[in-house]
Amino acid sequence: MKPIEINQVQRWLDKFINTSVYIHVETTNGAYASHFDDKAYNVGAYVRNVQITYTQAKIVGEGNAFRVGLKTSNGWIYAEGLTDWTIHEDTKVLLAGHDREGRLMVALQLSETPFDY
Amino acid sequence: MDKHVVIILPHPDDESFGSAGSIAQFRSQGIPVTYLCGTLGEMGRNMGNPPFANRETLPEIRKQELKNACEVLDIDVKMLGYRDKTIEFEDRNAVANHLQGILEEINPSLVITHYPGYAVHPDHNALGAAAIQAVEQMEKSRRPVIWAQAFARGFQKELGEPDIINDVEDQFETKMNAILCHQSQAGGMIGQLKNYKDLGAEVLQEAKDRFGKEAFFTL
Repeated sequence: MKPIEINQVQRWLDKFINTSVYIHVETTNGAYASHFDDKAYNVGAYVRNVQITYTQAKIVGEGNAFRVGLKTSNGWIYAEGLTDWTIHEDTKVLLAGHDREGRLMVALQLSETPFDY
Repeated sequence: MDKHVVIILPHPDDESFGSAGSIAQFRSQGIPVTYLCGTLGEMGRNMGNPPFANRETLPEIRKQELKNACEVLDIDVKMLGYRDKTIEFEDRNAVANHLQGILEEINPSLVITHYPGYAVHPDHNALGAAAIQAVEQMEKSRRPVIWAQAFARGFQKELGEPDIINDVEDQFETKMNAILCHQSQAGGMIGQLKNYKDLGAEVLQEAKDRFGKEAFFTL
């Protein structure tokens, strides 16, 4: 992946407006957070291959971390801390936030076809 | 019963960190070893450091890393096809039956797995429990011995000390080479070990202290 280029990402988000897309949304602090620090919690969630349609999309941010909001007919998809992006298999938009050690903290991915299992 | 060791762990790299030394010792005695690897670690957060994988490319990359490590260890590998982080939500009986079928085919003398409830990661605990159930479901005369690995904080308080402590320092290099096959996981502790041969004697000794012994509970 490469550092987010806000204008290019915005163009890709616009492409999918009013189109049914599969999403992958995820956040995690790893499976060992509370193992290494007994006062910490393991926190994570992911949604994969759920279909949504959004009517508005915007990427906002400054510096190296960005937020994305996708407005649907009755709600929102939201992700923050996004730092990098790539186009996977020519058609899938992958956005992710990595920490200084390169570990994934958050991801937001969109595709007109399902992600692999 | 001919000797054959089956390793049942959920993630590519679990085999290398936890039991590569013991595996290498079995192989040096000519004992066949088969690794039943539960998932491809699809949901891992380490993507290499600097990152070279992403959420969609990670499974294939980790599959290749797994094959490389198994080649270093000279063992067979069978991928079970579960998805990372989901084993605890699968039907426990279905997973146990799946494992039982494979074990009855291989007819192992020893199974190495995680100690349920004492192996930190939910996948470790769930696959360990299914593996133990699978063995219990086997006909008594065919049941392999089970070695279970525990490393949850304070496990000794509840379980006591492991009865098997393998000194694997003679296999240290093979173990390090197996661990280092898992390059995408370099964000964790592997990163520090990448150049272990160039590290000072003190650091090398620390690594040996840490990875030079492998402990198991016989169940």
